[in-house]
Amino acid sequence: MLLRRLVPHPLLSLLLLVVWILLVNKITVGNLLLGGVLGLLVPIFTAPYWPDRPVVHRPLKVAEYILVVLWDILVANVQVAFIVLFKPNAKIESHWINVPLELTSAEAITVLAGTITMTPGTVSAVLSADAGNILVHCLHTDDPDAVRDDIKSRYERRLKEIFQ
Amino acid sequence: MEQIVEYIIAAFLVLAGIFGLTGSFGLVKLRDTMQRLHAPTKATTLGVGGVLIASMLYYGLIEDTLSFHELLITVFLFLTAPITANFIAKTYMAQNMKAEDVPDTGREHGWSVYDDPPNPPVISDTAEE
Repeated sequence: MLLRRLVPHPLLSLLLLVVWILLVNKITVGNLLLGGVLGLLVPIFTAPYWPDRPVVHRPLKVAEYILVVLWDILVANVQVAFIVLFKPNAKIESHWINVPLELTSAEAITVLAGTITMTPGTVSAVLSADAGNILVHCLHTDDPDAVRDDIKSRYERRLKEIFQ
Repeated sequence: MEQIVEYIIAAFLVLAGIFGLTGSFGLVKLRDTMQRLHAPTKATTLGVGGVLIASMLYYGLIEDTLSFHELLITVFLFLTAPITANFIAKTYMAQNMKAEDVPDTGREHGWSVYDDPPNPPVISDTAEE
């Protein structure tokens, strides 16, 4: 389909336009035009990196997810600050955690990996070769299994509702 | 009224400073590279975030000019911080660790740093995967 080739990612185009307007901080016809052209050209040139068009099923869930993650980032910051400041190095027990994934779309896994890095004491390190597991490094925990279950129930479940 | 706003802005700036300093201190204090990654990806987010909120309040309430740049900086930071951390983690794993040092995937394929993907994608000129 011609339209699909010309506008491979309508949402990305819209996002680029909005970001452009926010960057220049002024709404004029020229800026809208330039933002529109950028929004059309950038997705075409980057299309090989985005073979699929991700489908967002429940837009309201996206808002809920963002709020949950923002709150968790706040909590994570305080937790990590406390560990850094008040826990002696010898008492910090770091763990590698293997989290099996149920998500399949590349976009959903990317969001999950980013979320894991930004939130409670965990950094996502690497995916398995077939993208079925994610390896997470946890700064300090007594119970690695609980961290894994938490990631699955808190973030993956929500992302599954949004993307699948 | 203006004084109260200034107090709030100052509070955000001080809080941001404390978290930024903690993040940097974590870099020095923690033991290995993987642990050190945690400090800048988390504590610094709130450090930068605090400055941005203060900046937004200042321009919105005292200078009376609404600016969206802070919002964009937040978005860019949230997009780039995890990716940088991920790259550092992967490089560290490839150079200093072996497949035995981390838990097994428990499935057919190992971690992508040490194992090849199941079907290596064929690179064609059309770039349609």
